[in-house]
Amino acid sequence: MKYPILTEKQLDAIDEILEEKLIKAGVRNVMLIDMAGNTISKQDNGQFKIDTMAFAALAAGNFAAVEAMAKLVGESEFSLLFHKGETASVHFSKVSQNFLLITMFQKDLSLGIIRLKVTDTIDAINSIIYS
Amino acid sequence: MAFINIRSKEVQVKIVYYGPGRGGKTANLEYIYKKYRNNITTEMVSLKTHDDRTLFFDFLPFDVGKIKGYDVSIQLYTVPGQVKYNATRKLVLKGVDGIVFVADAMVEQRQRNIDSLIQLRENLDSYNLNLNTIPLVMQYNKYDLKDAGVPLLSTQTMQQDLNSQLRVPAFAASALVGGNVIATLKKIISLTLSSIQDQLF
Ligand SMILES: Nc1nc2c(ncn2[C@@H]2O[C@H](COP(=O)(O)OP(=O)(O)O)[C@@H](O)[C@H]2O)c(=O)[nH]1
Ligand SMILES: [Mg+2]
Repeated sequence: MKYPILTEKQLDAIDEILEEKLIKAGVRNVMLIDMAGNTISKQDNGQFKIDTMAFAALAAGNFAAVEAMAKLVGESEFSLLFHKGETASVHFSKVSQNFLLITMFQKDLSLGIIRLKVTDTIDAINSIIYS
Repeated sequence: MAFINIRSKEVQVKIVYYGPGRGGKTANLEYIYKKYRNNITTEMVSLKTHDDRTLFFDFLPFDVGKIKGYDVSIQLYTVPGQVKYNATRKLVLKGVDGIVFVADAMVEQRQRNIDSLIQLRENLDSYNLNLNTIPLVMQYNKYDLKDAGVPLLSTQTMQQDLNSQLRVPAFAASALVGGNVIATLKKIISLTLSSIQDQLF
């Protein structure tokens, strides 16, 4: 796992994308982390604060475990991971080999909308990082 | 690899405590957590089985202040030590920056220490990392048991078994009582930070 250090401009652009495409759409927390569990960017709607460091470590571990399970059943990956709660849900999506996007949202948003927004966000992040 | 945020001047470093099951990896983190509780803002996360064995990892993040203008945050992890958990052990090593190898000084653990170190080398290989070059500190743990009359390996024997080729800093320690736990931690932090300095400064 190795990726180039992101520039200030790239980090700013990523923050902006997360805010524009996800927080403004009603998502409560969103994080971009790397596969080692380091936090690259986090945005929230100001109402829900979580222990993002622990969350990132657990999310990276969880995602890595699911990916290893996928290999065992002959899949190259399960690119989507979704946990549904009573009021809040969490959606995990791989951005590239190195990054993971985690989106936390409430009942008022449907999974369909989230998937749409997330796909759009991932394209935008990839073009920021890899162009 | 460490995550360096050049905008917020932040560095996140991942240090993994590795070694055979029941060697004292979790005990190291617990001691550090207890000792620095007032400076640690988040909870220690432990994913363990009902009988208190590490299932996936323990996680303990803390800040060590500013180094050359960068806020350095250290993230400590342990691996599950039991032989059957190698798949998860490997996952925890993803993106590792520095390693503490916690060996068990009890005589009957001698071969387990050696096997665990061999497997560490293989697991690092799978990430294109090299045991010979990654920041590494050896810790020979449980030396407090000497007073209880438990047969222990001498530090010379442990050096011979585990560190004759690698020649990395080594500490005789007791994770239970705290002997050399902090010295081990300080050493691995300083080795790891100096190895990522080229990227940073
Ligand atoms: N006497 C003694 N016992 C220890 C020491 N470190 C750990 N232990 C004990 O050894 C057992 C396994 O320790 P643990 O930290 O869970 O090992 P891990 O599997 O490497 O995480 C526990 O019962 C600990 O209390 C030590 O330095 N001295
Ligand atoms: Mg443990």
